[in-house]
Amino acid sequence: MKEEKKGFSVPDGLFIRCGVCKTILFRKEFEKNFKVCPHCGFHYRLSVKERIDLLLDNNSFQEKFTELRTADPLSFRCLKNYSELVEKSEQKTGLREAVVTGEGKLGGISLALAFFDFGFIGGSMGSVVGEKITRLFELAEASKKPILMVIASGGARMQEGMFSLFQMAKTVTALKKYQRRNLPYVALFTNPTTGGVTASFASLADIILAEPQALIGFAGPKVIEQTTGSRLPKGFQTAEFLMKHGFVDLVVPRSEQRDTLIKLFDYLIGG
Amino acid sequence: MRKIYLSFESKIKKIEEEISSLAGKSKITPEDEKKILILKNNLQAELKKVYSNLSPFQRVEIARHPQRPKTIDFIQAIFSDFVELHGDRLFGDDPAVIGGLATLEKLKVMVIGHLKGKDTRENIERNFGMPHPEGYRKAQRLMKLAARFNLPLITFLDTPGAYPGVGAEERGQAWAIAECLALMSDLPVPTISIGIGEGGSGGALAFSLTDRLYLLENAYYSVITPEGCAVILWKEKSKAPLAAEALKLTSYDLLELGLIDGIISEPPGGAHRFPEPVYEKTKEVLLSSLNELLKLDRETLITKRQEKWRQMGVFTEGD
Repeated sequence: MKEEKKGFSVPDGLFIRCGVCKTILFRKEFEKNFKVCPHCGFHYRLSVKERIDLLLDNNSFQEKFTELRTADPLSFRCLKNYSELVEKSEQKTGLREAVVTGEGKLGGISLALAFFDFGFIGGSMGSVVGEKITRLFELAEASKKPILMVIASGGARMQEGMFSLFQMAKTVTALKKYQRRNLPYVALFTNPTTGGVTASFASLADIILAEPQALIGFAGPKVIEQTTGSRLPKGFQTAEFLMKHGFVDLVVPRSEQRDTLIKLFDYLIGG
Repeated sequence: MRKIYLSFESKIKKIEEEISSLAGKSKITPEDEKKILILKNNLQAELKKVYSNLSPFQRVEIARHPQRPKTIDFIQAIFSDFVELHGDRLFGDDPAVIGGLATLEKLKVMVIGHLKGKDTRENIERNFGMPHPEGYRKAQRLMKLAARFNLPLITFLDTPGAYPGVGAEERGQAWAIAECLALMSDLPVPTISIGIGEGGSGGALAFSLTDRLYLLENAYYSVITPEGCAVILWKEKSKAPLAAEALKLTSYDLLELGLIDGIISEPPGGAHRFPEPVYEKTKEVLLSSLNELLKLDRETLITKRQEKWRQMGVFTEGD
């Protein structure tokens, strides 16, 4: 399976094979390990629900801004029309957009939260994603809550044209107002975090954590290879590479993420 | 300099060449003069015909025309006493971004823009107007200077995009762009940007979170290049004209969608043929916008800018 090779999803069955190291694994064991291959440590994609279960206090999450619906402002026509693509993504993910926003608790600390799902048009940011993120900053500013965002995005959504690009400006404007309050905003970059989302509100977080081996960058590796005509160095644009170059605070495996986050928020709020 | 013609300018090329061959004769007869006059009329008519029926992709081609005036030309034509300022104080000086102090009539301002070269050699030197992080960080330095010394900020947009390269990624391209946006969102001086050629995605956006955003008639501004979009959504680069249409990237589309504040018109034939009237109109737009913006107190200025960007986006609300 092509997708499996990329390490993005896992096929059904009692046994599965890690697409990265090819080891045969018990499905149950793999799931219990938060979809991290116990052999090579590759972090497979999680759904929003799995993220919430992994990170937040039980039953504490309340979704917000579910009333926002994707429109098709350009009546975008290509091989697959935009509205069909949205519909299909809704069916595939069970979500209404590429980000789920809301409030919840982590170690008893009340947070404003955003979780991206790469399965929804590559986690791309169109008007609704931009609006949800903006409202989340506004809600957190008004209710004086710290923010945690779990990012997975290919960037701005082409099908909404410049409306998408301008979401970068909109979200950063809201973020800047929020940051005047001296409330902490922590982002967790997961595979992949690229493009217009990285180049706006995501990279402006006070603290940036990343999952092991996650692809992080502005341009995607394919584009860079095509533009420069040269092969990319091994490990280029991985979370570890970004940390080495000073753009990520800490690479944290799934098993330690909850504890690390609790500690961080505790420091930033209590100081 | 030899004129460069676009694929849809073949008839224009023919007429212009006929005119120059007649006008270049050592002895011009009255009959030649008559012919030239007729040809010039034909040329005007043809330019009008071609340039009033441009497809979105043809506008992209004009926006990329190698002889289209560059940021440096606008600076020289519109401002006086330009003092270029170099370097980001961190890594280097990016030749793809030009910036410095300038005077507009009597008003002292800060100018920043992407800078393409005028020929291949210059373009290689300036990386075809595609900035590295140090270009955006130089811009940040100048924005902060503008804020401290109360200088309105004027930016010119003309880039295919932020450079997608190994060094650019190693030095945090995404961070450099995001920090420009953060800085511009509450910069306490009037800010205006003018798209003069290519508005390539985040690389252009980094200079355009402003109070006013204008586009030259044949400039474009897009979330992705038409070629990039064609490869992803149509699976072939040759579908770029279709992508250009779908992306709604022309000045007219963007004005209609409420995404820009106005269009600076170009004479039929484009800014590369007739730059002077375009400089003049650009200067007028800058002066009248600054006149309005300078009346606002700082707080109102920032609030209005934030409100402008807050309302960007189209969606529905219901359950």
